[in-house]
Amino acid sequence: MPKIIFITSDGTERVVDAATGQSAMEVALDNLVEGIDGDCGGLAACGTCHVYVDPDWIGKTGPAAPGIEQEMLALTDNVQETSRLSCQIKISEELDGLVLRMPEAQH
Amino acid sequence: MKTQAEHAEIARTIPLDKIDVSNPELFAIEALHPYFARLRKEAPVHYCAESAYGPYWSITKFNDIVAVDMNHKVFSSDHTNGSFVLDDTTLNAVEGGISLPNFLGMDPPTHDVHRLAVAPIVAPQNLLRFEAKIRERTKNVLDSLPIGETFNWVDRVSIELTTMMLATLLDFPFEDRSKLTRWSDVVTTRPGYGLVDTWEQREQELMECLAYFQELYAERKKLPPQPDLVSMLAHAPSMQNLTPTDFLGMLVLLIVGGNDTTRSSMSGGAYAASLFPEGFAKAKANRALISSIVPEIVRWQTPISHMRRTAIEDIEFQGQKIRKGDKVAMWYLSGNRDEEVIDRPMEFIVDRPRPRHHLSFGFGIHRCLGNRVAELQLKVLVEEILARYSQVEVVGEPVRVPSNLIHGFIDLPVRLHA
Ligand code: HEM
Ligand code: FES
Repeated sequence: MPKIIFITSDGTERVVDAATGQSAMEVALDNLVEGIDGDCGGLAACGTCHVYVDPDWIGKTGPAAPGIEQEMLALTDNVQETSRLSCQIKISEELDGLVLRMPEAQH
Repeated sequence: MKTQAEHAEIARTIPLDKIDVSNPELFAIEALHPYFARLRKEAPVHYCAESAYGPYWSITKFNDIVAVDMNHKVFSSDHTNGSFVLDDTTLNAVEGGISLPNFLGMDPPTHDVHRLAVAPIVAPQNLLRFEAKIRERTKNVLDSLPIGETFNWVDRVSIELTTMMLATLLDFPFEDRSKLTRWSDVVTTRPGYGLVDTWEQREQELMECLAYFQELYAERKKLPPQPDLVSMLAHAPSMQNLTPTDFLGMLVLLIVGGNDTTRSSMSGGAYAASLFPEGFAKAKANRALISSIVPEIVRWQTPISHMRRTAIEDIEFQGQKIRKGDKVAMWYLSGNRDEEVIDRPMEFIVDRPRPRHHLSFGFGIHRCLGNRVAELQLKVLVEEILARYSQVEVVGEPVRVPSNLIHGFIDLPVRLHA
């Protein structure tokens, strides 16, 4: 079972178990990780699951996909180079240990 | 005028192609739900050939609405292709209306430029500085209310609080703030609905709004940038070529977007507290529920009944052929009652598992920019109500806004219990 590490903007860490095939947003919601809202249920339609992928991991998750994910991120506050919508990151064994940092707030 | 019960019977038996859910009369008495229920079941993508606004499609199921809202390349909201509301006169220069362009009515790339220019002021990090002020005002307003006597919640609470918030965001002269309420109402009306007598009167009042704000704009332009919306527009490098028409359009979006909607949520919340007293009692006992009550108020009320798009190419959608130029209405009010996505959707449930999953703020690139300001105001209001009253009782039939856009109240007669 892959583990995902969520880190809040003030540095608090939560390590949670994920099932492969889930999205990182679903993992956060299922484990009541604070700081991810996921209002649209995972369609890249709301931008409330914004995360910063740890630079060491961005090669494995890949950057934001062209189309709706990039369009929504273009309108999201405080976007950085490794910003992703966590509902668009699908968990696989390869992502065991993935580190995702969360912005101060979702908008 | 027919009653709700009569409409329920008509909704059951009327031929599908005769259903017109845009009729404001239906909204005035909240008779819509049986019509929407039938459309969701029998014609989720429905064509109405004749209405006061011409022919239009209705999208009534939750997931179909999300699909249309996200497909901005086919379903345009640009004012040059149509409008983002069914009634073209609200924002465009047709019949007696005037042109009020704003970024909700723009496609990318212009949409993004305008949105990003005003986004910072309503970003959650920047809202923290408002919370203490919001709480103080909310307390003052509630403390001024009578206990055990009937009063209109809309006037005394909803309008009062939302107008003060809007005045703060705009740094608008506080003593003149009732003008904001009036302008907000005037935008979404037409002659004959009780607010203005003629199109000329509507135009004249909106021009007064423009003139007032032009003066504020000129003053702020001379001063260093400040964190209010008018100053931001005056100083944003990307906003320097705003014409008076564009400026008025932007103001209208902020005034209506920020005012009528939050107002309706505050009224809807009080109504829900009265209709579902067990929920109210549960919340009083467990304040942790406030974080799910706030989005549930916004879902249950659905302050914006619909947003409209215009197809800019032919498309087959859920088996229907929508043609270039067709008007398409996304009925959020119906999608938020879609039993396939929302469990027991007619009920106000204070502990829903995923209460934020609703359509009231829209989805996609036009998703509501002010959602966090609205939620913050609601959170504080709910907290302060729970801290004060044992019951919020609606004691008479509410009077509703006769509009297919603004889903709200004119009069909500309330009695508070200590
Ligand atoms: C409960 C309160 C509110 C509701 C239900 C609401 C609802 C909506 C809806 C349905 C949309 C269009 C979404 C779409 O087309 O997909 C929207 C857009 C917008 N709202 Fe709100 N709104 C609320 C409060 C506010 C507040 C307080 C403000 C401003 C301070 C605001 C500013 C805006 C703006 C600027 C847009 C246009 C966004 C864009 O086109 O990119 N709204 N709102
Ligand atoms: S959950 Fe809405 S964008 Fe990811």
